[in-house]
Amino acid sequence: MSKGKAGCLEGPCKSRLGGALFVGTEVVTCGMRLRVPGSAPGWIEDETRVSDCAGRVVLIQDCVETSGAFLLHHLMKRTLSRESSEIVVFVAFAHPFYHYDRILKKLGCNLVTLSQKGRFIFFDMRKLDCLDEVGGGRTKSGLVELFHKIHKAAEVIASPETKKSCITIMIDDLSLVEVAAQGSSSYVLDFLRYCRTLTTEVGCTLILLNHEDIYSNSEESTLNLELEYLADIVMKAKPLATGLAADVHGQLTVLNKRSINEHGKIKKRIQNFQFKVKENSVDYFYSGSRT
Amino acid sequence: MATARSKTSSFSRNLTSTGAVSHIPGIKHGPNGTTFLSSGIPDLDKILGGGFPLGSLVMIMEDAEAPHHLLLLRTFMSQGLVHEQPLLYASPSRDPRAFLGTLPSPLLSKEEKTLKNEQEQEKGLRIAWQYKKYFGENQPNLENSRDTRREYCSEFDLRKPMERHLFSAKFVECVSTLDSSSLAAFRDSCSRFLEKVPRNDVGVRCAGRIAIQSLCAPQCGYFNNEWDMVSFIRSLKNMVRSSNAVAVVTFPPSLISLPLSKRLQHLADTLLSVRAIPDEDKEMSKLLTGYQDMVGLLHVHKVAQINTQVPVILEASTFSIKLQRRRSLVLERLNQAPVDGSSGTSYNTSTSCSGSSKASPLDF
Repeated sequence: MSKGKAGCLEGPCKSRLGGALFVGTEVVTCGMRLRVPGSAPGWIEDETRVSDCAGRVVLIQDCVETSGAFLLHHLMKRTLSRESSEIVVFVAFAHPFYHYDRILKKLGCNLVTLSQKGRFIFFDMRKLDCLDEVGGGRTKSGLVELFHKIHKAAEVIASPETKKSCITIMIDDLSLVEVAAQGSSSYVLDFLRYCRTLTTEVGCTLILLNHEDIYSNSEESTLNLELEYLADIVMKAKPLATGLAADVHGQLTVLNKRSINEHGKIKKRIQNFQFKVKENSVDYFYSGSRT
Repeated sequence: MATARSKTSSFSRNLTSTGAVSHIPGIKHGPNGTTFLSSGIPDLDKILGGGFPLGSLVMIMEDAEAPHHLLLLRTFMSQGLVHEQPLLYASPSRDPRAFLGTLPSPLLSKEEKTLKNEQEQEKGLRIAWQYKKYFGENQPNLENSRDTRREYCSEFDLRKPMERHLFSAKFVECVSTLDSSSLAAFRDSCSRFLEKVPRNDVGVRCAGRIAIQSLCAPQCGYFNNEWDMVSFIRSLKNMVRSSNAVAVVTFPPSLISLPLSKRLQHLADTLLSVRAIPDEDKEMSKLLTGYQDMVGLLHVHKVAQINTQVPVILEASTFSIKLQRRRSLVLERLNQAPVDGSSGTSYNTSTSCSGSSKASPLDF
């Protein structure tokens, strides 16, 4: 997927994108460099530097029309497919294991063997319910237990004997965590803040998927606003404004809050891509570059 | 040698799988290891790429003022009864079993009736012996219908109620959402029902159908507790996912809060909405051909993505619901009426003459 494929796609590296800014640009995103060859037809190559990886919070937002789950698969594949010993802790609220197994198999990762090797840890939380059946009241045991599980896994991995470099924690649908917590968003936020301490404590990357359009109502948008504040990188998947198209599945906005510009200053940076999801890969390209 | 080789190629697996399927009526294999159930409307099956995948949650957004969602619900249930699949029906009425009396019966064409008579006379006919009880469901008048689809999806006569012996059978369960005091009780009855159709490695032996009418509507008792409703749908989705069943749930989005409606839409694997069209809308009737035959509009928002990340992009997402010869339900793509009046007549006649369930490429 790396050099060979990009090589066969790119011609002489001339920019047709209007600005010289984009020629050979490197987009540092959640510990991975998305390299955009200037003239390649919509190819973004990812290369991960371990040093970027630690301590980021990535938020993926999507809506009913366009699912952002492919970004999760993409990041999962990126983390798992390399030779390094990076580990993914996946907390599933939306789909069962075999769903992800099938998708990742097509992307070139075998989750079963990876989990046997200990590089993929899967928590099926679809049945998690924080409602106390006996008293009818809310108990906090559910998510606390889940955090302990994640924490334990992360600590074992990060312990000095094993010397594993990087851990990525993925939570596949935060709106469902909220449902499991019976709508108590403060409870969910507590859980997320705890998870965030892991990013500094053991150097995890935290990748969260949430649905943006649920929170379009201004009164109930607390969780979403807090999430956007917590996140270092926000990726938004949206449908095209012009309607459905077979060649372009939607548009992706990547907001990197910790991007460093040429003067060495930290600056917010927004980039727009369009994408097409395929079984074995995802094509990203600049708007209008696909004819 | 050549034949042996062809058997070891990738084709052989497909052949065996379709062979295995043909023993179980109403079930069809799809891509990515999914299995389809028919929705009861041949056109909808075609639009969705084969039907509703087993283990999926289908949500239908109702029109608050018109009962069009019931059309989809009825055909879905009737199709299940024709295939003798276990069915759980829940509605907010006092007597949900009465609804079964309004289910449409499968359509029999003339050829089929004669065929049926022949069957009765000579019982040795090859294809008949195993499908004898499903015989009414064959649908003849789609030109390009394949043999596998014949028993997979029937056409229904909306004017004729279903024969009583079909729905009085013991595999039909009816629940009134008014009876159960809380959603937990209702969830338990769903999970008891789904235990009948567990998912295992053996393959699909039997498929179940759950039809829930107007959940979240004010008339069902749990209207005030939004979080209970969402967590009910969430657990229903998880239960269905780990069984061989399809759940179709209708809800009125205009009567519930927007965040709740969005949450439900996200939970749905397949999301459809229906809308009635006003009787006399002169503007619309100028714009669309065949406007007077339309009953309503169907919008496909989301098609199930199970075991895959690739979204299904349809050529059109809005379809008109029409009643063909006042009895069978067809879905057509919207055809824009030509602006020019003289050519308009010819186009109009061509649509009404062909009367086919899909728009021909000439109808623009």
